[in-house]
Amino acid sequence: MPLDLKDRTTTPTWQLPEGQSGVITLTLYVAGASPNSVRAISNITSFCEGHLKEQYSLEIIDVHQQPLLAQSEQIIALPMLIKQSPAPKRRLIGDMSDTEKIIRGLGLIQI
Amino acid sequence: MTITANTPPSSLPEFSKTPTGITGLDEITGGGLPTGRPTLICGQAGCGKTLMSIEFIVNGATLYNEPGVFMAFEERAEELALNVSSLGFDLASLQKENKIKIDHVHIQRTEIEETGEYDLEGLFIRLGHAIDSIGAKRVVLDTIENLFSSLINESILRSEIRRLFHWLKDKGVTAIITGEKGEGLLTRHGLEEYVSDCVILLDNRVNNQITTRLLRIVKYRGSVHGTNEYPFLIDEDGISVLPVTSLKLEKDISKKRVSSGVSSLDQMLGGSGFYEGSSILVSGTSGTGKTSIAGCFTYGACSRGEKCLYFAFEEGHKQIIRNMESIGMDLQQFVDNGLLQFHASRPTIYGLEMHLVSIHKAILKFKPSTIVLDPITNLTTVGSMSEVKSMLIRLIDFLQSQNITVMFTALTYNTVSDTLADEGISSLVDAWIQVKDIEFNGERNRGLYVMKSRGMKHSNQVREFLITDHGLDLVDVYIGPDGILTGSAREAHHLHEKTGEALQGYQMERKDREILRKRLVLESKIASMNTEFESVEEELNRIYKEEELKKGILDQNRKELTRIRHQSNQGSKQAEGETNNE
Repeated sequence: MPLDLKDRTTTPTWQLPEGQSGVITLTLYVAGASPNSVRAISNITSFCEGHLKEQYSLEIIDVHQQPLLAQSEQIIALPMLIKQSPAPKRRLIGDMSDTEKIIRGLGLIQI
Repeated sequence: MTITANTPPSSLPEFSKTPTGITGLDEITGGGLPTGRPTLICGQAGCGKTLMSIEFIVNGATLYNEPGVFMAFEERAEELALNVSSLGFDLASLQKENKIKIDHVHIQRTEIEETGEYDLEGLFIRLGHAIDSIGAKRVVLDTIENLFSSLINESILRSEIRRLFHWLKDKGVTAIITGEKGEGLLTRHGLEEYVSDCVILLDNRVNNQITTRLLRIVKYRGSVHGTNEYPFLIDEDGISVLPVTSLKLEKDISKKRVSSGVSSLDQMLGGSGFYEGSSILVSGTSGTGKTSIAGCFTYGACSRGEKCLYFAFEEGHKQIIRNMESIGMDLQQFVDNGLLQFHASRPTIYGLEMHLVSIHKAILKFKPSTIVLDPITNLTTVGSMSEVKSMLIRLIDFLQSQNITVMFTALTYNTVSDTLADEGISSLVDAWIQVKDIEFNGERNRGLYVMKSRGMKHSNQVREFLITDHGLDLVDVYIGPDGILTGSAREAHHLHEKTGEALQGYQMERKDREILRKRLVLESKIASMNTEFESVEEELNRIYKEEELKKGILDQNRKELTRIRHQSNQGSKQAEGETNNE
């Protein structure tokens, strides 16, 4: 079924699949105010606001400010979104412009 | 117009190099890797890329006080530390002392979803932080190409890697980037395109089931470098690129002579043996006593109190000692007092290069004045004759620089004496002694020739070579009208000569006796003739005396007569006068 995400009037809502509950904890790592980072921040916030409503928490971290995290979190490509919980942990890289991949990457299903 | 000297003005900036501390590599590159630039080390799996780069980092931290960052895209830090601990590298404590930093980059493709444009800023931040936190001067990225299998967007990767290398240059760190060899390319993803300053290619070549590692500097911008393929090896001391053939033949040489251990052989070599620091080849078919000559040489050297190393590729050292004992030479005493050391190994134990390096190491450790390699031809089981030759060239170069006398033995497989000359080994050595079977009269004997001996007068004669209970000896062969005679034929000839001598002696004696008899006869004849002569003489004397007596008497008589006449004359005169007067 092709998704028509641009149709704002019939905005579908997404949720975690059966058996998984709770808040989706997301961390977005960015590199300062690089164009990709700026785009990623706006894209992910609008996606979450639009599709996940109150089911999420999003933290945005500038790796430049906390370079030690780069090693511990195995960060190479930026921007990177990490779904910390619920398991499984997933990583998404890029400017978050491909909504279909975000949905697949976070493992969401349509209500 | 003034003519300026050819030397560049000192104001020109000097090309700065960062030493790797890897044996031999700094020699080939003329000082090390280009400082502040990235160097690409490429090669297929298992050729030692990671080891070479970790040695670069560890040597930098321990020898040159240059901290380094090792970014591993393949192995975990713990695995890496374990892998190199066998080389004596303690990565954990070096990390604790902030001399090195190991960062393992791990990306699982299945965990990652690409949702649009991205860059590798994370890698830059990570690397930049690692460099800044310990003040690193050296960086290794091993193997950055792994990113290509983790991330899909190749065009982003390529531009980001290009940016990374520029960034490394700006940071002023000397970097090594490793890359796996690709088809038709030096690296699988064409990294050589971005790294244009220095490229080193490692190779792992298997020949006759024996591996040889080779290193080649493909390019080194702004610097002269060796262009050959250099064999290198990895052992418990890490990587060593082997000493290469020195291009110049300018070495100090010794005029001192050393005995061959066989005095009659020394006689053939101008009376005092070989030159010190020269190389001697003893060749011959099997069973001609090559090892015995080598053993004698060893014995001679040790007896003079010199240290000797014996590399045996055919027999164990106990076997050699026993065999030499049978010809009256006790080598065990020298083993016991530390003058003699044996290194016995099968040639197939490792490749030629490893042999060469093990010889090198043993020599540098033991510092002998004489070494023996017995036999070099066995090494052809692990390499072609030309490879053995190139190994020997390098060995001889090294030995000459250390002023060590070396004796090689070589087995020739047939009676054609030129096989070794054809291979060109004989041209490498300073002296060549050949032992040859001379088959004649139903037996085999050994003939010894001095084929060549540079810089000294040497005998051109073939000698018969005898192995006796008291060592080796050379005797002159008999050269007769039927050619040379050896062994029992020579003995038979000697006997024949003895019989002849005896017969001749008897005849001579008889002749002597006859002469004696003749002399006696003649002497008696002479005696009788003498007595005859005496009687004749006496007779003559008697006559003579009689004559004299007669003459005397006659004289007397005449005188008397004269006197008497005189007297009577006066009387008559008076009478005459008287008469005249009348």
